[in-house]
Amino acid sequence: MNYDLVIIGGGPAGLAAAVAARDNGIQSILIIERDKELGGILNQCIHNGFGLHTFKEELTGPEYASRFIDQVKEKNIEYKLNTMVMDISEDKIVTAMNKTDGMFMINAQAIILAMGCRERSRGALNIPGFRPAGVFSAGTAQRLVNIEGYMPGKRVVILGSGDIGLIMARRMTLEGAKVLAVAELMPYSGGLKRNIVQCLDDFNIPLYLSHTVIDIEGKERVEGITIAEVGPDRKPIPGTEIHYDCDTLLLSCGLLPENELSKAAGVAINPITSGPIVNDGLETNIDGIFACGNVLHVHDLVDFVSQEAANAGKNAARYIQGQTSNETKEIQVKAEDGVRYTVPCTIRPEVMDDNLCVRFRVGQVFKNSAIAVYFDNELISKRSKQVMAPGEMEQVILLKKKIEEYPNLSEITIKIEEA
Amino acid sequence: MYDIAIIGAGVIGSAIARELSKYEAKICVLEREEDVCCGTSKANSAIIHAGYDATPGTLKAKMNVAGNAMMDELSRDLDFPFKRCGSLVVRTKDQDISGLEKLLEKGKANGVPDLQILDRNKLIQMEPNLAVDVTDALYAPTGAIVCPFHFTIALAENAADNGVDFFLNTEVKNIKKENFGYKITTDSQIFETKAIVNAAGVYADTFNNMVSDHKLNITPRRGQYILLDKDAGSHVSRTIFQLPSKMGKGVLVTPTIHGNLLVGPTAEDLKDKEALNTTAEGLDILAPQSSLSVKNIPYRSVITSFAGLRAHEDSGDFILGEADDAKNFFNAAGIASPGLSSAPAIGKYLAEEVAGALNLKNNPKFNGKRKGILNPSTMSVEERNALIKQNPAYGQIICRCESISEGEILDAIHRTLGARSLDGIKRRTRAGMGRCQSGFCSPKVMEILEREVPMDMLDIVKNGKNSKIVFGYNKLIGGWDNEL
Amino acid sequence: METKHLTCIGCPMGCQLTVKMKNKEVIEVTGNTCKKGDIYARKEVTNPTRIVTTSVPVNGGDLPMVSCKTKEDIPKDKIYDVIKSLENVCIDAPVSIGDIIISNVCDTGVDIVATKNVCVK
Repeated sequence: MNYDLVIIGGGPAGLAAAVAARDNGIQSILIIERDKELGGILNQCIHNGFGLHTFKEELTGPEYASRFIDQVKEKNIEYKLNTMVMDISEDKIVTAMNKTDGMFMINAQAIILAMGCRERSRGALNIPGFRPAGVFSAGTAQRLVNIEGYMPGKRVVILGSGDIGLIMARRMTLEGAKVLAVAELMPYSGGLKRNIVQCLDDFNIPLYLSHTVIDIEGKERVEGITIAEVGPDRKPIPGTEIHYDCDTLLLSCGLLPENELSKAAGVAINPITSGPIVNDGLETNIDGIFACGNVLHVHDLVDFVSQEAANAGKNAARYIQGQTSNETKEIQVKAEDGVRYTVPCTIRPEVMDDNLCVRFRVGQVFKNSAIAVYFDNELISKRSKQVMAPGEMEQVILLKKKIEEYPNLSEITIKIEEA
Repeated sequence: MYDIAIIGAGVIGSAIARELSKYEAKICVLEREEDVCCGTSKANSAIIHAGYDATPGTLKAKMNVAGNAMMDELSRDLDFPFKRCGSLVVRTKDQDISGLEKLLEKGKANGVPDLQILDRNKLIQMEPNLAVDVTDALYAPTGAIVCPFHFTIALAENAADNGVDFFLNTEVKNIKKENFGYKITTDSQIFETKAIVNAAGVYADTFNNMVSDHKLNITPRRGQYILLDKDAGSHVSRTIFQLPSKMGKGVLVTPTIHGNLLVGPTAEDLKDKEALNTTAEGLDILAPQSSLSVKNIPYRSVITSFAGLRAHEDSGDFILGEADDAKNFFNAAGIASPGLSSAPAIGKYLAEEVAGALNLKNNPKFNGKRKGILNPSTMSVEERNALIKQNPAYGQIICRCESISEGEILDAIHRTLGARSLDGIKRRTRAGMGRCQSGFCSPKVMEILEREVPMDMLDIVKNGKNSKIVFGYNKLIGGWDNEL
Repeated sequence: METKHLTCIGCPMGCQLTVKMKNKEVIEVTGNTCKKGDIYARKEVTNPTRIVTTSVPVNGGDLPMVSCKTKEDIPKDKIYDVIKSLENVCIDAPVSIGDIIISNVCDTGVDIVATKNVCVK
């Protein structure tokens, strides 16, 4: 089997990448999706708030996905459902498997990695206690409630105040459960203010910042949860325990890009993002393997996933058409002083887009600060922001025209400074 | 009326059941949990000890070395994963060499083959991640790793296939001596039997003490463990023990048979025989303690932690054989470490004793072979495609982390003593045992259980009967006591 | 004079807004850093509204549930009424995005519409 472009994953990233690749002239495209339908995690995100940037209206997750699924279908882009990619090799042979085709191999000219991410599990969080039924990641609960129609709990405590945790607090409440509390390890919430107000405050659900779960009781099903305040070292403070009689603990404690396939193919991974290290074309260290969406770095808004994925699709098309060359100069993009990472990590000034969006996250809450961009040691721009928080992605736009003014430039640094 | 009732379907009860099925007898196994392999057998170090640790002359020493030697053939006959990876007991520079030498002598006395003490230069070539302070080690090439679930389940399945009746969800409440033997009252029905084998793990004292005046006292000794992702699985290639010191027995670091890395156990004597909880204090000591023998363990890759209870009897040794004041009541009690390693030998030893006492004849129909759940990842592409063509379910991956197909899950459900719970499927197939810890696959596995058993979604459990996963349908669980 | 406290949802700042009211009329909004906070506070204290999203069972579909939403905002104090009106609702496949599941739910003048396509099994 041969395809010009194989896209691994039919969620928002894979769909947008496929559409963009087709729009840029690639005919032979295959999307491989492991689930029974296209759309990925959006299918279970039935709440509204998606697409304000992309479609200028507020859509639910399934509606947002359908806009792209419709385009994929109109453009007759091929896809295989219920198909698992088992391996990707460095020379771009994709091994996949399903019930009808068995195990098969595809020679791809280019590959776009769009596998998304997974939730941090209880084990990875090292929460002590018993191991009864009733401890779910928020996403698993979301699937059970929204897609299968089953309630995984009646009295619920949630650890983690990321958006999925907040959204599930509201969902569980609306479907008849009592959400007793949301505990957050950090002194701030990673979720949107809107979600804190409309998912917690609307239903009088308390949010405990700087708190964590220190014990899970119940031998067969959860019977109780104890939370406690944590100090600056994030260790529980004795005497601050609060106990809840409950049957369920939902965990919303961060997402991890799923790069097991990427690593097997030899793709280099950034330890900060747990996603591939990419250049301005979203290409990994392996020629012709691109990455976008949550497999690259965890995004806050799906609109940005779609934008990034379209970029990956366009660049993969250029690669397939032989329009790019990696024999060009590379400039490093460095994250410093409060900036945790940047995507991309390198820029090729000769082939880069005229306006290149560099996305990043900050490591703590900054108020009345500024995003500063340095070309080597020269301050190029400084943009003030009233507030920046780790839960939201930030960006700077780099202009090709500007970079061309600095022919000896070796390093671009992005940092947070006083306003 | 049964000839023999075995209490407990852990590795010991299952091993005894299988050995006894070699004789013509009516045998049953009574297990309070919903599946076999639910007690100590499911939460331990998953290793087969070489046998140098136990005091020469004890049952522990005898059974361990004999059990170890039986594993190669047993794992082939019963088709479960087993690997002689070897083990090292490492000494650090502040410890005296005499400790290692004593172990070597004990090992030789116990009949452990091929033991030798290796110096650091040799060791570093074998295990580059040994800690800087490690000076030398006792090397036991017969040390091995095993999947304790597959091991136990294989024994139980084979026993069942040879005619042993397994009663799950059947908790023994009382045992009464009768002139024919014993009457066993359980929470569901009454069993009459000529003989009893007591393989009840941490509860073996309770049952012994119902019929015998020679009281046993078992203390549950908790061991907490941390399991790391497969990306850390090759950090060591052998089981690395620490030479015991005044500070305690130390912890081990070992690869698991499935390619993960396991660190543990702690050793805490408790009163509560159900205290399978981990604690912050327990988990917190594993990292510093393990660093004494192995450096740079990537604790970032932790995927889960768990605790198991070893059944420590006051005598310190295994209690094997007929209680001397209770005819035809046979104990397999106090089976703490090295219980898993000793299981095959204990099974044989006790079965022979029981068969002698009851004057049992050999079972000519006994078939000691069993096929495990097919593992397609060991097959070639051609073989796999032939399999998928024949049974398309093998083409559908359900657990993405461990690459487990629907075909394997169907096999786990439909075979002898088939899985009926999420954990039952997990132990048989590894679906849900990977890095996402069943976050993605549990709803799919539930759908398969619902369709195949068949059973109601609302009745599906994680393990015990009260471990339901879902409580009802959306909007219909009687909530909405919230005020806006 | 009545005082209400709110958190602004306009941006991550999350300004703590104080609204002074008299006879259900807003006298003053303080604590906001920008105009968004003022607008939000005035709306939220006089006429708070929300979009409600949930899912309902489907008969004969290739999926067991279909997601749905109130097509427009409904008054915040009607959230539970809206949800309860769906308690025993089950619709037949096929379903298309935008199909009306309940029209004029709880007399709000707003329809509940499907947000997903579900085919016949």
